[in-house]
Parts: sequence; C-alpha cells; structure tokens
Amino acid sequence: MRRFEARWGILMALPAILGFVIFTVGPMIASFFFSLTDWQVGGHPTFVGLDNYAALADDELFWKSLSATTYYTLGAVPLTLIVSFAVAMLLNQKVRGLALWRTIFYLPTLVPAIANVVLWIWIFNPDFGLLNSLLRQAGLPTSQWVYSEEMAVPSLIIMSTWGFGNTMVIFLAGLQGVPRHLYEAVSIDGGGPWRRFWHVTLPMMTPTIFYNLVVGVVGTFQVFTQAYVMTEGGPNQATLFYVYYIFRKAFTESEMGYASALAWVLFMIIMVVTFLMFRNARRWVHYEMAGAR
Amino acid sequence: MTALATPERTRPRGVAPTAGLRRPRRYGRVLVYAALLLGAIPTILPFVWLVRSALMTDTQMFVAPPEWIPDPFQWSNFGEALTAQPFGLYLLNTVIIAVVCVLGTVFTCSVAAFSFARLRWKGRNVVFALLLTGVMLPYAVTIIPTFVMWQELGAIDTFVPLTVPAWFAGAGGGVFNVFLLRQFFLTIPFELDEAAYIDGASPWRVYWTVVMPLSRPAIVVVTIFTFIGTWNDFLGPLLYLQDESKYTLSLGLASFQSVFITQWGYLMAASAAVIAPIVALFFFLQRYFIEGVTLTGIKN
Repeated sequence: MRRFEARWGILMALPAILGFVIFTVGPMIASFFFSLTDWQVGGHPTFVGLDNYAALADDELFWKSLSATTYYTLGAVPLTLIVSFAVAMLLNQKVRGLALWRTIFYLPTLVPAIANVVLWIWIFNPDFGLLNSLLRQAGLPTSQWVYSEEMAVPSLIIMSTWGFGNTMVIFLAGLQGVPRHLYEAVSIDGGGPWRRFWHVTLPMMTPTIFYNLVVGVVGTFQVFTQAYVMTEGGPNQATLFYVYYIFRKAFTESEMGYASALAWVLFMIIMVVTFLMFRNARRWVHYEMAGAR
Repeated sequence: MTALATPERTRPRGVAPTAGLRRPRRYGRVLVYAALLLGAIPTILPFVWLVRSALMTDTQMFVAPPEWIPDPFQWSNFGEALTAQPFGLYLLNTVIIAVVCVLGTVFTCSVAAFSFARLRWKGRNVVFALLLTGVMLPYAVTIIPTFVMWQELGAIDTFVPLTVPAWFAGAGGGVFNVFLLRQFFLTIPFELDEAAYIDGASPWRVYWTVVMPLSRPAIVVVTIFTFIGTWNDFLGPLLYLQDESKYTLSLGLASFQSVFITQWGYLMAASAAVIAPIVALFFFLQRYFIEGVTLTGIKN
C-alpha cells in the first residue's frame, strides 16, 4: 500500500498544484514581463525596461489612487474592527435570542456587492435618500455624500462598515474561546468588568484582532465594485481606488503593460504592509493559547 | 453607576431566577440590550428602506418627510422591473455558473486536502506551504495575464473563464478551501484509514467512503461559501461576459441600474429580487454559515 500512497498523493493534489501553476504562478510571472513592456491590446508588446515603473512617479492619477485607497483602508478597517468587536462583546454577554441578533448583524454581509451599491446610491441620494431625509428631520446639516469630493470616501467607508458581520462572527467565536478560568482568576483578585476586559479579553483576543486586521487591510486595498459602479472614480477622481485604476488602464485604455506595472506595485505594497504587520505583531499579539494546547 | 459599584457577593439571593443555571448578571443587562438595539437599528434600516422603496409609487417615494408604509403597495414594481430585462435568464446563468463552480471546488479541494492531510509523499508539506501563499496574493496581479490567456484561447464571452478555475481547486484564493478541509480532515482518527487499507482499500476508496462521509459539516461550509462567492462575483462576469444573454444576476443588475438610473422603485425591486435568494439560503443554512465563518477565523 505504501508504494501507491505517494503516487495517489501526488495525483490527488494535482488539480490544486496545476491550478496554482496555471492561475497563480504563471500569471504572476507573465504580469511581471508585461509590466516591462509597452503593450496596447491588438498590437505587439515592445520591451521598455523599467519605463512603466519610472512613469508612475509622474502619474498624478497613480498617486491620487494610492492616497484614495490608503484613506479608505485607514478609515474602513479600524472602524469595522471597532464596531464588530463592540457588537461581539455585547453578544457575548449571554444575551437572549443570540441567533436572532447574530442574524440581524450578519445579514448585510450577504448582500451581493452590486445590489449593495444600488441600494446605497439611493440611501446617499442628496434629495430623497434615507440619510439626508433622516438628517433633515432631525434638523441636522445634510451632505452630498458620494456626490461631493470631500465626503465620497467617508461615504464609502460608512457603506463598507455596514457589512461588518463576518468580522463580528469571527470575534464572537474568539470571545467564546477565551478560557473562563482566566475571568474567574481576575474576579477572585477583586477585578471588575473593566479589569477583566483589559487583562483577559483584550490580550486573549489579540490573535483574532490580528487576523481580522490583516484580512481587512488586504481586502480593502483591493476595493473595486463601489468605485466602478457607484462613483466611476469621481467626483474629481476622489474615489479612484487603486484596483479600479488598474482596471481602467487595462480594460478601458488597453494599456496592458502600464496596468501590469500598477498591479505589481500594488502587490509589493500589500506584501510590505503585510510583512510590517506581521513583524509588528510580535509586540502585541499573544500566542500563549497555542502553546497551552 | 451605583449598580456598577455594587460588589458581586452582596447581591441578594433569588434575583433573576429565570437565568437558570447561569450566573445572572444583574447590572448592565438593560444597558446591553439597549446598546444592541442601538446597533441593530442602523443595520436593519437600509433593508427597510430597500423594501419600502421597492413597493412604493414614484410619487409617494419623493414625499418629504419620507413615509415608511407604502400606500398603495406597488407590487407591479417587481413585475415590471424583472421583465424589463431577462432576469430569469440571468438567474439561470448565475445558477449554472455557481453549481459548476461548487462541484469543481468541492471535488478538487477535498481531494487535494485528503492528499495533504492523510497521504504521505515526498515534498508534501513544501507544496502545501507554497499553495497557501496563493491565498494572500492580490487578485489584481493575476487578472491581466489571465484575461489575456482566456482571450488567446478564444474563451471570452463564455462561462469557461468563470468556471474552469474552480476545477483546479478554486485557483488562487480558493486554496483557502483546501486549507480549511485539510484542518478538518486532520481531526478524523487515522485508525479508520489504516483499517480500510488493511482490508485492501485504495486511497480513493478511503477518501470516498471514510473521510468524505465524516466531513459533511466542512463540505457544507465550503459549498455555501463557494456558492455565495460565485453568486456575488461581479468583476469576473464583467471581464468575461459580453453578450447580454450570458449575463449573471450581478451583471444584469449593473446594466439595469445604468438604464433605469432614476427609477428607484424598479431599481429597489430588482435589487431586492437579487438579494432575496441569498437571504433565504442563509435562513435555511444559518448554522452552517456561522460555523463556517467561525471555522475560517479560528483556525488561523
């Protein structure tokens, strides 16, 4: 039997290995070579060395898209983490009807991206939308939301925070995994809820927070659909998110070479940011649980 | 505040007897529910807004301050929106793509996971670690060459680019499913395999008759998430489908939106129709959803 084991092993892993080569490694290498060429669709690629990368430095839209994306990430990720952690903490208080509450908070994550966008265009509508209607009734100042340059990105941040359900469920699972005896230890020492939070919950939750942080950052850096359908990058390129800019260059302006260079820069940025997060994690993420198991 | 300061031990016995075996917490209970309600309202409100707009006449929709109960209920919005474009066809296309993707992903990912979890072969762990790097890869890096490849193969405007990658363990981000299934397979006692091998079973038989039947929860999780992922995918269909008769629901809704840009009643009705099947699915399989998300987060 052992003789066959290796053969079967490779055979059964083959689709996954082939998929990795055909749809991940191959395209990555190809994309790098594309990025070294000047290539309009239909024409022949000409080798231009690092010209595309050099051109990025003078590309105003590149910098604009980079800053818009960073702005979006810096807003959406912390906000989602805080909201979902807070709600998860509440749900972890042995509330009645947990399944119902969880369902309510989880529902928005099920909405298909495009339906989500269509719905929120209507919510953001400056004249008859939900937000301005409510603000007007409350006598508060209204906003142009996605139709104003300043509020466009914050609006999209609000919209993305609505879908905090996945993050929340992961936090909730993490919270339920915190050993009870640790809480009891703090209680015996006379610690109240605040102490329990700071000395048990938060430290024990750092691996989960870290996971959600990394997944969140990598995800929001690649935001696309909102910019494509809702704002088309506007107003005045305020929501020209990075992947949307790649898309525009590649599939609207057919500049495959330049778009590939953009994609590779994004790849490097994400790698560097992820690396920094992991390196930094040693300082604040506690992994004692893993050792105890 | 005074309630917060009350030490736990001085609480009179017999308070909150309904809590049963659990240690009842007397303070902050109300506060917790109030806070939950405060969070639930803005979460629900967009859905309410969606449904009320989908059922309103145009005149009532633009009344200020906004009204919440449609009068009359304009059910015809649904009929008119869904027949203005062939949403039935879009639905069929979406279902076809989703089913093919689910089958491919579940099959190839579970087979690979079985190999990585329960068969020994040289280089196994290195290969597995390499595959996992694909999870972190931004999809933007691979879309251009992948698009060019499908173009060269003449597969543009077919379902091929949207479904074939699923038959290679989901390709790219789909490798995560291999990881998830492998974690699950590792928890099944290895003695079962050994016994089967002694009886002369092949690894294939062990996979099919021992491991798979015991892994239903994990399979369901992968099924659900692949289904939802395919159902909600927008960029894929946008890149590869051109002919309107091949549109998916997402793509159809996007084109519908660009045509009926100010017809909010129709837009909301169409959106609600696209959202409804997924929400219904969730209510049927709720337990698995939560388990699934939990599984993905915890195992990391």
